[in-house]
Amino acid sequence: MSARHERAVAFTLNGRRVGATVATHETILEVLQREFGLFGARESCGQGLCGCCTLLVNGTAVSGCLYFAAFADGAELTTVEGLAKNGELHPIQRAFVEKSGFQCGFCTPGFILMTKELLSRHPQPTEDEIRHYLSGNLCRCAAYPDIIAAVKRAAELMRA
Amino acid sequence: MADTIVVPEAPVADADAGRALREVGRSMPRLESTAKVDGSVEYIHNLRLPGMLYGRIHRSSIAHGRIVRIDASAALACDGVHAVITADDVATIVPNPYYGPAFHDQPILALGKVRHVGEPVAVVLATDPHVAEEAADLVSVEYEPFDAVFDEVAAAAPGAPIIHDELKPAGMFTDLEHVAGRRGTNVALDARLRTGDIEKGFAQADQVFEHTFRTGKVIHATFEPMVSVAEPAGPGGLTIHTASQSPSFVRSEIARLLGWPENRVRVRTAFLGGGFGAKLYIKLEAMAAVCALLVRKPVRIALTMDEQFYTITKHGATVLIRTGVTNDGRITARQVETYWNGGAYADIGPRVTQKSGFTAAGPYDIEHVALDNYAVYTNDPPAGALRGFGISQLVWAYERQADIIARALGIDPLEFRRRNALRNGRKHATGTVVYGMEVEAVLDRLAEKMEWHRPFDRGSGTIRRGRGIAIGVKACVSPTTSTAAVHVYGDGSCAVHTSTVDMGQASDTTLAQIAAEVLGLPTPDVRIVHPDTDVTPYDMATLGSRSTFHMGNAVRRAAEDVRAQLLRIAAGALGVDMGDLECRDGAVLSRAGAKLTFREVMLARFAMQAGTIVGVGSYTPSYTKPDPRTGYSPNITPFWMLGGAGAEVEVDCETGRVTVTKLVNVADVGRAINPASVERQLCPACSICRAS
Ligand code: FES
Ligand code: FES
Repeated sequence: MSARHERAVAFTLNGRRVGATVATHETILEVLQREFGLFGARESCGQGLCGCCTLLVNGTAVSGCLYFAAFADGAELTTVEGLAKNGELHPIQRAFVEKSGFQCGFCTPGFILMTKELLSRHPQPTEDEIRHYLSGNLCRCAAYPDIIAAVKRAAELMRA
Repeated sequence: MADTIVVPEAPVADADAGRALREVGRSMPRLESTAKVDGSVEYIHNLRLPGMLYGRIHRSSIAHGRIVRIDASAALACDGVHAVITADDVATIVPNPYYGPAFHDQPILALGKVRHVGEPVAVVLATDPHVAEEAADLVSVEYEPFDAVFDEVAAAAPGAPIIHDELKPAGMFTDLEHVAGRRGTNVALDARLRTGDIEKGFAQADQVFEHTFRTGKVIHATFEPMVSVAEPAGPGGLTIHTASQSPSFVRSEIARLLGWPENRVRVRTAFLGGGFGAKLYIKLEAMAAVCALLVRKPVRIALTMDEQFYTITKHGATVLIRTGVTNDGRITARQVETYWNGGAYADIGPRVTQKSGFTAAGPYDIEHVALDNYAVYTNDPPAGALRGFGISQLVWAYERQADIIARALGIDPLEFRRRNALRNGRKHATGTVVYGMEVEAVLDRLAEKMEWHRPFDRGSGTIRRGRGIAIGVKACVSPTTSTAAVHVYGDGSCAVHTSTVDMGQASDTTLAQIAAEVLGLPTPDVRIVHPDTDVTPYDMATLGSRSTFHMGNAVRRAAEDVRAQLLRIAAGALGVDMGDLECRDGAVLSRAGAKLTFREVMLARFAMQAGTIVGVGSYTPSYTKPDPRTGYSPNITPFWMLGGAGAEVEVDCETGRVTVTKLVNVADVGRAINPASVERQLCPACSICRAS
């Protein structure tokens, strides 16, 4: 590998202003893990296919495995670790627990963040909207029926 | 719709206490639920150690051939590359570097020749994973290619290219011993079963049906890709952190390779991001261990998703099935010849061949049976277990043929199965008398849920509809052992030490429920200590639907051991008879109303808040090794598992699109410890193909 190209970036991470020096070839996933010890967004396929690496950038879900860290400069990032407030799980997280929307759990943060984007745009989603939004998130354990039940429950909890 | 139904047993009381169960039999959320939704759950995937090097594998580009030369100079010249490890380096610490649970046939790194595309040839170690990746591409290997064979039937035929010079069974499984030393064959194991007189059975038949069914390979694609991190532990030790379904096996196999006692190898796991049979026995552990010992630093070897395709698959299989039937639909004889495509290394394939192979006649009562199963080496990546340990390949064959026969005889497919069902108290083809196998109950429930007796709309025009049912049987793997320990600490809190791996099947919760039941605790108060071979006792592996039964019984016994100790101490302290005491609500209660919390019991024993009480339990069901000539055994398995499925599908005859419009799963599960999680285990197979 030739000389390392680096740049300094500053962004908001789960509500906190932070900075980091990142290599230009590095993904945001690597930086979250190395610099901030956050492992909720995790790499599985590494190709933008599975959604395990999902995080929110300015409220929109992106695949962290394909998102260069350098692009994060100035952005507002949310990972699954940023959802709970004052030790209270976010309603979407509560819904996933209540409906057991997972088995091994590896895909779960991705589904939760995608659900967050979905519910911010469609507070009362139809079954079709749910399936459409979650189509980029795969679950190899195939917990799909429970995941969909969890999303519906989350919509209820958030309206309450 | 998709529906999973568990055939329930009558409510049961705890045999020893004659009281209703409080924790067992209740649906409850996983103990680790919060950690799985807030991102904090531990996977080995997340582990980074100080000073750790990243290993990246250079893989064979050809399917079969001799390694002429390996040139690592360009890789070594990369900034940040620490070392490039090849078989020569491995040999300096492991002179005989062949591993595997069934056969010692797989080299830690390719030695002399390669046997499949993607076989590990060298490992680049670097301080940065990107550097390791780039440098691994720069390793250059010259090969002399040999003819390769990929088809399991062709590979078993005379004249096929020979993949291994000699068969080397590992010795752990006694039913593989008879093939030791065989040369000039790709058939790693021939397992046969003979019952009755097959020719006589065919002579009794009015019609004989003969078909060949084939199934392809399938990849597990666990979402947490395989990962092992090894680190030297002091001068004479080694620690391996690994996403493995079988930590106890990893310890013994690594110790064997290194020539060390097992107590110098520590293997620990965390939650697994999926297993499905992919992370069984030994995968990256030996490679990571050797690298770490060679460079005296922690080494992480993690696969990418695509590298998993080179590592393990489900077996493709060719099944030749011949069935004799009378015109009224009784099966008189069944002969099945199955070729299992085991790939280049045996892994657990020969056991899959043997353990599922003897069920190849299906859950049917057939007097004359002849089964031949061949585990065949080919130049594909190795094959092993995937959700069902080889059963689904056979079910595909015998249930497809059941429909073909039923149609030819003009008998309803459900009725055909009913006429031939293997009933409790009858002998399975192995000679083992079956019990607890409710074929008829499963068929009844399938019929009911599929509304089988109602007229069915077969569609018209370009949209045609069809429906079908299938049943299958599996025997739990045997003989195996599980051991567990239950600890009560000075403050009265309780932890279960078990080497069962929770890979999403909710075993932590299930085992905690069992311990909680015995000790009279609420399940969430029981902590599960994750597999760590320095701490948690031996378990054969988390595989083959064995954990709830085997480890569940071991945990129950360990908890009973602890309970007996607590009651004895309390009896002394209270001056009452042990028989007057029980554990309930986190305390020891006497019939007269006296109460000692567990903490108070510990105080009574140790005179201060201190000490540990340990209970140990083991479980090894009995087993009779089958006769290698006939496959006969009066005790082949501790229990049978029976399942059924029904589907309605729609086919668009213009586009070929198939839509599953209804799918039903029925399983005879005995007593469900956690019914909701049992349903969640059975549902995936169903929901993966569920129509949108
Ligand atoms: S890891 Fe990013 S989409 Fe799969
Ligand atoms: S819960 Fe295992 S991948 Fe979704």
